[in-house]
Amino acid sequence: MTPALGMFLFFVLITLAITYWAARKSRGAAAFFTASRRITGWQNGVAVAGDYMSAASFLGIAGLIAFFGYDGFMFSVGWLVAYLTVLLVVAEPLRNAGKYTMADVLAYRLNPRPVRAMAALSTLTVSTFYMIAQMVGAGALVVLLLGSSHVTYQTAVIGVGVLMIIYVVFGGMLATTWVQIIKAILLMAGTILLSILVLAHFGWSFGNFFDAVTHVSYHEKGAVVTKNFLEPGLRYTAANHGALDLISLGMALVFGTAGLPHILVRFYTVPDAKTARISVVWAMVLIGSFYIMTTFLGFGAATIVGRDFIASHGGNNMSAPLLAQALAGDIFFAFIAAIAFATILAVVAGLTISASTSFAHDFYTNVIHRGVERAPGEEVRVARMTAFVVGAVAICIAIVLGKDANVAFLVALAFAVAASANLPVIVLSLFWKRFNTTGAVSGLATGLIASLVLIIISPSIMKVDPAGTVAAARHLIQRPPIFPLENPGILSIPLGFLGAILGTLSRREPQAEARFAELSVRANTGLGAEKAVTE
Amino acid sequence: MAAEDSNIPPNPTPIVGAATDIAPLGHIGPKPPHERTAEEERRAIDWESLAVSERFRALLKAKRRFIVPAMIFFVAYYFALLVLVGYARPLMEKRVIGAVNVAYLFALSQFFMAWIIAALYIRAAARFDKMAADVFERR
Repeated sequence: MTPALGMFLFFVLITLAITYWAARKSRGAAAFFTASRRITGWQNGVAVAGDYMSAASFLGIAGLIAFFGYDGFMFSVGWLVAYLTVLLVVAEPLRNAGKYTMADVLAYRLNPRPVRAMAALSTLTVSTFYMIAQMVGAGALVVLLLGSSHVTYQTAVIGVGVLMIIYVVFGGMLATTWVQIIKAILLMAGTILLSILVLAHFGWSFGNFFDAVTHVSYHEKGAVVTKNFLEPGLRYTAANHGALDLISLGMALVFGTAGLPHILVRFYTVPDAKTARISVVWAMVLIGSFYIMTTFLGFGAATIVGRDFIASHGGNNMSAPLLAQALAGDIFFAFIAAIAFATILAVVAGLTISASTSFAHDFYTNVIHRGVERAPGEEVRVARMTAFVVGAVAICIAIVLGKDANVAFLVALAFAVAASANLPVIVLSLFWKRFNTTGAVSGLATGLIASLVLIIISPSIMKVDPAGTVAAARHLIQRPPIFPLENPGILSIPLGFLGAILGTLSRREPQAEARFAELSVRANTGLGAEKAVTE
Repeated sequence: MAAEDSNIPPNPTPIVGAATDIAPLGHIGPKPPHERTAEEERRAIDWESLAVSERFRALLKAKRRFIVPAMIFFVAYYFALLVLVGYARPLMEKRVIGAVNVAYLFALSQFFMAWIIAALYIRAAARFDKMAADVFERR
């Protein structure tokens, strides 16, 4: 047994023990969906940070910085700044006025059935796309980390999928939260250790470190090039409308984070809005320190390991583990690999529970059965079944797509939908008295469709590949792209808002306007908010 | 406005883990809060008069006075980085301390900007919490 496999199994054992403990402790709907609203501020902050620091951002961001220098760091900046929107606009009103999902806030003064149906559709879209991206990445990574002689892609995907189903189905939100907390602490520890080792490598001198970053050499099209990795422009060039794409990405991050369903459900796990606020600040401290350290990981990998070596040993996602191996040998590689594995598991579990909560609470109970639970515990039972189905479907899709599939755009899509569909309706519902059901439905639909269509006609899907590209990695439509940017936010976010505003103006809904006073008082004061469950 | 304020009922939020099921003294209405249905709960409170009460309006105003400028500032500060990185490369590539250039320092400053705004908000929010509690306080 390799050290990496040993550490993987150790993590799995710990998380299964947590799931067993959580399953014995949790009874009832509030326990399953919100961990009885008894998670404390710092715990939830760590869990929010954990939900956010996915494998895509731990391995992905280190890789992007190792390959594209400063342009990769741009993602890091946006990911933290985005939390100001969560803190200032969304977290507290949502906690005060909602119960389990973001649609609760919309349903307050709007006609619940159409609004919840659309909100559930948008939540499921965001969660499943995000999850498929994570699963395909997970399968490929586990193979790289453990070695293809130990595990195949299919086994890896099935293993990750089955574990995530177990966490969610048996342990509910309590287990998911604690798996997330443990993983976030491990991830921070690993990142701090790696950063210290990188600095030690440069003789504890920031000067030496940054000097090395200014001349990084690698092969490009057969020739050796040397670039200053502190300068922008390695990825977003003028030729591919880089400046606009960067701004579009920034918009999707800053407005999308506050609309990501798996982040929003976290604010229902704390006792009150004040704790929700404190947890956002905890998350910001962790996320900020983490993303500042990504420069050490990324630049360290670029200077110490080298772009050529990474490219020939599994590609840019392997930057952080390979850096660990170069700095401290196989055991440390195994440790970082195990952290990456923990990260994947925890994030897919978080996505699964937000998807199943939305389906069970919004769609099944409130749309199909008009808000009446026909038997006690039915909502939780449906959520458990949904988690199982969602997990099984994600496993199948990930296996069908295969490990070389180009899925990075699915994450961009998830952020775009969250920013263009979810955020406009949340904000307008909270702050605009005139807002109504037609506006919410047309806003959600416009944001969703605009994001989907713009991604389909963007270079992520529409591109002519050079001859000899692996079949699975080929772009789906072999034609020049119609929309030039990889990130649709710059167009789809205004469209989402426009859809919501025009829809609202097309009709008057006196009832929605009359109930604005109630929503406003509840959201701003916490009067009558859902309380924590006592044991 | 003052006349309306006097009609405002006390905080009807159920007290979880209270030692007794009996409604707190001074509670208006025939049923204690934990026995009400959702619809009765809703009707038990005069949301309209709360929404137009002076204290609630003062709370909204205070929140707006912090949140709107903070949002405008951070969005402007963040997009300034993206725009400059995209359209003012020579400025951004100027070196400041050793090899470290304007681009890196500006990006790094975004982290501290976010933390400072968060810290200021936590301070301001303590005041909002007090004002919110005042909204349904009996007087």
